[in-house]
Amino acid sequence: MSYYKPKFRHPSLPENELGYTVADYDGAVSTLCAGCGHDSISAAIRNACFLSAIPPHRIAKLSGIGCSSKTPTYFLGRSHGFNSVHGRMPSVATGASVANRDLIYLGISGDGDTASIGMGQFVHLIRRNVNMTYIVANNGCYGLTKGQDSATADLGSVGKSGVKNQFDGIDLASLAVLQGASFVARSFSGDKEQLEPLIRAAMAHKGFAFIDVVSPCVTFANNVGSTKSYAATRDNLEVMPLDFVPMREEIRTQYKEGSSQAVTLHDGSIIHLHKASKDYKADSRESALIALQSANETGKVLTGLLYIDPNSQDLNHTLELAPKPLNSLGKDELCPGSRVLNSINEGLR
Amino acid sequence: MQATDTTDPEYFHKVVDCQYACPAHTPVPAYIRLIAQQRYTDAYLINWESNVFPGVLGRTCDRPCEPACRRGRVEEEPVAICRLKRVAADFKDEVADMLPKAGPPNGKKIALIGAGPASLTVARDLAPLGYELHLYDEQAKGGGFMRSQIPSFRLPEDVLDEEIGYILNMGIRTVFDTYVDSMAEMLTKGYDAIFVGSGAPKGRDLPKLPGRKEADENIHIGINWLANVAFEHTKKIGKRVIVLGGGNTAMDCCRTSRRLGGEDVKVIVRSPFADMKASPWEKEDAMHEGIPIIDNHVPREFVVEKGKLVGMTFEKVEAVYHPDGRRELTPTGEDPEFVPCDDVLVAIGQENAFPWIEKETGIRFTSWGTPIINDDETFQSTRKEVFFGGDSAFGPSNIITAVAHGHKAAVSIDLYCRGKDISKRPPPDVTLVGQKMGIHEWSYDSIPIADERKIVPLEDLKKSLSDRMVEVELGFDAEAAFIEAERCLNCDAQTVFTDVECIECDACTDICPTSCITFTHNAPEDELRAKLLVPAENREQDLYVSGPLRTGRVMIKDEDVCLHCGLCAERCPTAAWDMQMFLYNVTKATPNLVDIK
Ligand SMILES: Cc1cc2nc3c(=O)[nH]c(=O)nc-3n(C[C@H](O)[C@H](O)[C@H](O)COP(=O)(O)OP(=O)(O)OC[C@H]3O[C@@H](n4cnc5c(N)ncnc54)[C@H](O)[C@@H]3O)c2cc1C
Ligand SMILES: Cc1ncc(C[n+]2csc(CCOP(=O)(O)OP(=O)(O)O)c2C)c(N)n1
Ligand code: SF4
Ligand code: SF4
Ligand code: SF4
Ligand SMILES: [Mg+2]
Repeated sequence: MSYYKPKFRHPSLPENELGYTVADYDGAVSTLCAGCGHDSISAAIRNACFLSAIPPHRIAKLSGIGCSSKTPTYFLGRSHGFNSVHGRMPSVATGASVANRDLIYLGISGDGDTASIGMGQFVHLIRRNVNMTYIVANNGCYGLTKGQDSATADLGSVGKSGVKNQFDGIDLASLAVLQGASFVARSFSGDKEQLEPLIRAAMAHKGFAFIDVVSPCVTFANNVGSTKSYAATRDNLEVMPLDFVPMREEIRTQYKEGSSQAVTLHDGSIIHLHKASKDYKADSRESALIALQSANETGKVLTGLLYIDPNSQDLNHTLELAPKPLNSLGKDELCPGSRVLNSINEGLR
Repeated sequence: MQATDTTDPEYFHKVVDCQYACPAHTPVPAYIRLIAQQRYTDAYLINWESNVFPGVLGRTCDRPCEPACRRGRVEEEPVAICRLKRVAADFKDEVADMLPKAGPPNGKKIALIGAGPASLTVARDLAPLGYELHLYDEQAKGGGFMRSQIPSFRLPEDVLDEEIGYILNMGIRTVFDTYVDSMAEMLTKGYDAIFVGSGAPKGRDLPKLPGRKEADENIHIGINWLANVAFEHTKKIGKRVIVLGGGNTAMDCCRTSRRLGGEDVKVIVRSPFADMKASPWEKEDAMHEGIPIIDNHVPREFVVEKGKLVGMTFEKVEAVYHPDGRRELTPTGEDPEFVPCDDVLVAIGQENAFPWIEKETGIRFTSWGTPIINDDETFQSTRKEVFFGGDSAFGPSNIITAVAHGHKAAVSIDLYCRGKDISKRPPPDVTLVGQKMGIHEWSYDSIPIADERKIVPLEDLKKSLSDRMVEVELGFDAEAAFIEAERCLNCDAQTVFTDVECIECDACTDICPTSCITFTHNAPEDELRAKLLVPAENREQDLYVSGPLRTGRVMIKDEDVCLHCGLCAERCPTAAWDMQMFLYNVTKATPNLVDIK
């Protein structure tokens, strides 16, 4: 019986700047179905945090309800976590982010959790530009409750029960671009080469970073006819590759003139978008929407960094909140006394 | 790279590091699991079939398996494979009735010269087939060097007698107390084949060292001296003893001296300590008994006063290693050192010696004095009905190598006697069986425990040194044996990959604790090794390469530090990965000698 991982690791496992190996970013052994795309996303997050050398205790994982929302247990076992109510992770994230602006927030949600019950909350995260990374593990179904079609299921897609979906699916990436998100990406759980740098870039981005990740439900939506199966996704994938170079690191790869586009983030790290994406304007909402639309019309799954505003300002900045986490403020700062209160009251008279 | 051909049994055989490293290819993990299940008798029988002397080897084996053991690559120490073998022997029930008997006579007659482990193995493998076997030895009892050289405090006589008895009871005709002095004569005796297992019986001397002749009375050749002790011709030695040499013979000489009256016993060796031939554990055992090992000292003279040995002088050297790997011992220029002593034991190596094999027999020898042998599969000499094996074939080695040679020579002798081509070797006996019992359940304890290697308890030092017949090692008790057995990673539970089943969901890569599995585009081996999740730097370990997958990539598994934990197969949604138990039994003249359920 093996519900846990052996302690042994590869003796030459590389270490990051903090002296941690990737194993230090592991969580418990997954209880999801074997082969679930969500597990690959977990591994990509683990790898991304390792590569970016983020101290595990500086990260807070937040989620709702669903197989996808269960995954925070399966990565970053030494980070903070909050498993909230179905579709209500955004409000918890918003609160946490204003209370402690120093943590790195990582929201994990599902297509059900986000596009159905949580839709109302989700759009407000975007609108407020809460400083967090928000990943939707998108399998087109409610995996946890046995595979009912979700709001992102594509029109005509067939679930395991054999019934065709009769509604148009919500494209969360288009929605996020349209709603004004400052970082919008799409990827595929089976493409870590792209997903890892995307997650790293999202975590470095200041503001709301959204990644819609096609993540096959191997149990309820990996059948022939399902548009979000491993096979169908791979057949229709249109990949815009990218690299992420954090500020600390020198750029080692030589990029050919015109073959790539570099985006510098507020912290000095650089995203290189290249090859297939050479004509792509990642800082234009309009071109993002056009590209998404034309991909959707031809049944392609366009993946990569779709839109970024590298100069975005997050909620804390907009609201001019305290520059430090609330828990680090002393009594005098939190409760400045009646003299200050009086002067405020005077100002309102 | 080419896709791996797992239908070639040698591929998975190599994954079972211990078994692969064992000259006789004992199915180690299979018997270790039986020990964990307290099925000691079955564990013994698996060993007996493969290595013939489990009780002896469980105490004395050179254990090439242990440095090879995978566990030593994922943590500090390998599994105590050798001492677990002893557990099987110590705790087994009566086995005599479960062992094969001599077969009905087949009319063929074989002579075996020398009754060491090589000849005994040939005898055991051929007896069930009905061969009439004549076993010659100059000693009064069988066992060869196992009896005459290995001291009783390492190998009690009753253990030896028991295991030699199992073989001799298979109707072997013994011709003991008989030194064979002419091969030519043997060839006229009507034998269908002759096996030479006479060992490497000549101990090296230092004939040219000044004082050698004058001090002869107190200078002894190590292996002769040990034999004299074993057969009780020698019962004492001086108080101050110098043992020259750095191999296992030197270690046995010094420890035996401590039990025969030697109080100030020193081992003095030319090479640096780290380069000594003796196994690390033998050096430890000697030092534990209060014997210093003085390295970098080259003997220069036996110092004789009034016709009697009073000591030796040594020149101090240091080792210089040249870039080509050559080692040179260069004098440090210090004054020679005088070390007083009463006796010297010379344990600086052994050689082959065949004064009894005449030129006209057509048996030819190399310039090293070893016989010219067809190849290391057939062991046939330049005279077709004469076969060699054990130390007599390629020079001094160890018991398990002698056993391995014995198996191969027995196959050759049997093929030869049946008029078959001896180069056409029968295949090994191999099975590969799925082990899945449930979603999270395998037929074996798949998740390795983290316990450290158990230490074998020793007899009280004072008691040990008072009597050379007292066995020093006490062996594991059942509880320690269980924990030690559970440390084994079950490397014979093979990860078998079926590429057409793979949907490339990455579940195996993501879960693998030791990052063994990578999906990537195929490339030449060097390139592949460099681009794996963790670069595969141990080139002795193979890469398992699949055929092309749907995305055009391939699955590459670096076998190096796979824990055989089965998690890849547990997390695989399509059973593209499966854990299958691989049993490999080397080719033997009589396959399936014992019956294990
Ligand atoms: C001191 C010492 C300690 C050792 N300790 C270990 C150990 O701990 N573990 C280990 O694995 N190995 C050990 N070895 C090595 C091991 O004993 C030998 O490698 C092994 O016994 C070789 O087996 P064999 O069958 O080739 O011949 P041997 O065991 O050498 O047997 C050959 C036999 O042939 C007899 N013989 C030779 N010529 C004739 C003849 N013309 N007529 C009749 N009989 C003849 C000899 O008397 C001898 O009995 C040790 C060796 C020495 C010297
Ligand atoms: C308030 C509330 N309503 C309904 C449910 C039942 N429920 C649990 S998970 C789930 C859908 C999850 O779908 P998704 O977010 O896509 O996650 P997946 O399992 O597919 O990863 C639903 C409807 C619930 N737990 N709570
Ligand atoms: S039901 Fe689907 S989404 Fe849930 S764990 Fe299983 S495969 Fe993953
Ligand atoms: S772990 Fe067990 S099976 Fe693997 S090499 Fe060591 S003893 Fe052999
Ligand atoms: S059995 Fe599979 S999961 Fe376990 S170490 Fe080996 S390759 Fe990795
Ligand atoms: Mg879902």
